[in-house]
Amino acid sequence: MPERDAMTDDEIGARRLAAGQDEVEPPTIAGESVHHHQEKPVLLSSSEPLAIDPLHDEPPVVGAGETSIGGSGRARIGDRIFRGLAGGASGLIIALVALIAVFLVIKAWPALSDDKSNFLLSRDWSTDTSTLRFGIVDLLWATVVVSLIAMILAFPISIGIALFITQYAPKRVSKGVAYVIDLLAAIPSIIYGIWGITVLAPKLRPVQRFFYHLDFIPLFKNRGFATGTIFDGGIVLAVMILPIMTAISRDVFARTPRHNIEAAWALGATRWEMIRLAVLPYGRAGVVSGAMLGLGRALGETIAITLILSKPATGSPFTTSIFNGGETFASKIANNAAEFESAKSAGAYIAAGLVLFVLTFLVNAAARAIVNRKKDFV
Amino acid sequence: MTTISAPSLLSAKKGSGSRKFKNSLATVLVYLAFGIALVPLVWLLYTVIDRGWKAVTSAGWFTDTQRGVTFSDKGGGVWHAILGTLEEVAFCAVISVPIAILVAIYLVEYGGGWLARVTTFMVDILTGVPSIVAALFIYAVFLATFNGQFAGVYASLALVLLMVPVIVRTSEEMLKLVPNELREASYALGVPKWKTIYRIVLPTAFTGITTGVVLGIARVAGETAPLLVLVKYTPNLNGNLFSGFQASLPLMIKEQVNNLNQANSGTAYHLDANGNRVAGAVANYAPDRMWGAALTLIAIVMILNLIARFVGRFNKVTQ
Repeated sequence: MPERDAMTDDEIGARRLAAGQDEVEPPTIAGESVHHHQEKPVLLSSSEPLAIDPLHDEPPVVGAGETSIGGSGRARIGDRIFRGLAGGASGLIIALVALIAVFLVIKAWPALSDDKSNFLLSRDWSTDTSTLRFGIVDLLWATVVVSLIAMILAFPISIGIALFITQYAPKRVSKGVAYVIDLLAAIPSIIYGIWGITVLAPKLRPVQRFFYHLDFIPLFKNRGFATGTIFDGGIVLAVMILPIMTAISRDVFARTPRHNIEAAWALGATRWEMIRLAVLPYGRAGVVSGAMLGLGRALGETIAITLILSKPATGSPFTTSIFNGGETFASKIANNAAEFESAKSAGAYIAAGLVLFVLTFLVNAAARAIVNRKKDFV
Repeated sequence: MTTISAPSLLSAKKGSGSRKFKNSLATVLVYLAFGIALVPLVWLLYTVIDRGWKAVTSAGWFTDTQRGVTFSDKGGGVWHAILGTLEEVAFCAVISVPIAILVAIYLVEYGGGWLARVTTFMVDILTGVPSIVAALFIYAVFLATFNGQFAGVYASLALVLLMVPVIVRTSEEMLKLVPNELREASYALGVPKWKTIYRIVLPTAFTGITTGVVLGIARVAGETAPLLVLVKYTPNLNGNLFSGFQASLPLMIKEQVNNLNQANSGTAYHLDANGNRVAGAVANYAPDRMWGAALTLIAIVMILNLIARFVGRFNKVTQ
């Protein structure tokens, strides 16, 4: 890398930045990626296509405005620009999350105000633009139940694997195991979907028939669905959220203070007793937040669930059975993506997306709050 | 970090009766949990390779498109889909990488203030945003508000929302690992902070960041939901990211699933496991193509993951 004078760098930087500022309107996307021999201001111009709201790019521009300060300030100009760029990128992320909420609300509003049904309490879903009638009860039910099944199944297994990796397996083996679990996360969800519906679901039929014997419990009533049930979806989702739940538990278990572990050994604990005395109490918050992150992932999973769940006939009665087809928020949107031609009917789906966004936001925020509170304690 | 070996000898003697039993039970359950997790992984990979192999090894798979090929026709390839996936993901990376690395730099090098705290929180939230919601957002902005037409570029923009948090997270970890002594040595020589970051910190963390970028690419390469909403599938080759329908591997798989259902619903016909025609005279090659495209996609994602691991080996800061 050729060494360049700091001042020259600053001047070039300032000029580029000023130029970039003028050209905010037509964003030039010349395909500049990060190579660390490029001048930093180039990064600004390649970040601009995302700048949906130019206001939020303020910080770097403010920094550039101050380049006219003379001599002694020069060394700090580079710093200001750089800090501004980095801060601007951070501001952009914050703005993006806010904009997601704002735009979904704006686009959902006309449809929501025209909704002849109660959005929160109705089971209707008709997006015929002359009479919009839609509500989220069925979607909410399917989404929550399929995610809960996944979480209940994946939770104990993920803890088991995390304990296996951190407390049981020798170090070499545990690295391999961790890699294998990461591979599960790397498989695209559409492949889980086609595998789930064409390979796994037929094999789950006997399990389903077994549960029919327990149909005095409303959850296990026979609704006449051979495959493509909420139960099938939940099992595939369990596999899909296993890696993230394992990863979080693994992290907190691995960070168990060594003196806690040794104290347990010194008391003559068996391995399981050591885990109960030292590892699990320490990792509880992490495990809970991992489970909630998994839940968040499950709530929003789209294509696998879209491919797996069968749609029940319109107007079929509400049922609490998990051996029923159904549509989640995400699969409803994905199934009807082709019918977004009218703004009103698209609005109904965007409203469903908004509810999903709020749902995942709450679950994820809660998960982070739990894990961060834990951090403060340690 | 992991287990402590010496005291475990002691505990082996100590365990008796129900304590010993509980300990063994826990051991069995923990091993069982790992075994259970392996089942779907092995089963899925076996299925994809077993059923996809035929199509992937057929002539012209990587060089032909699906132009004019119906579900009952033999032949055709995935070139159009690979090209679409590459373009969409590359464009997404070009936008995501600089933003994400700048955010990570801010969090690590300038962090501590309220902006850093809010950003960390928002990156967490962005990590949890479902891909379909990201797609709806881009739809609401570019297609519904600015009247854009379906095109690969919008899918890329939705993927940016999914890729940025992945890269921020890994880059942040890597930047944190850069020893403070390096920064201090640089400051002591009178080098300004920005230049220290640019010339000292970033190059030191470079391989780690690269790993994060490749993992981010691997994550979005298989995303389907945004493509479903923002760009339509075409069996033809379309190299133009900015206009027209564009194929991609996930959309091609979805298209084959549609044909699968079509063929199963009454009028059409399919080959059974032995290659015999069932209920009619028209063969259905959609399953072959579906698994072939799935195998191609998995192969690409796995290769990216392996590259990430391989690059990670040369990491200066974690060694």
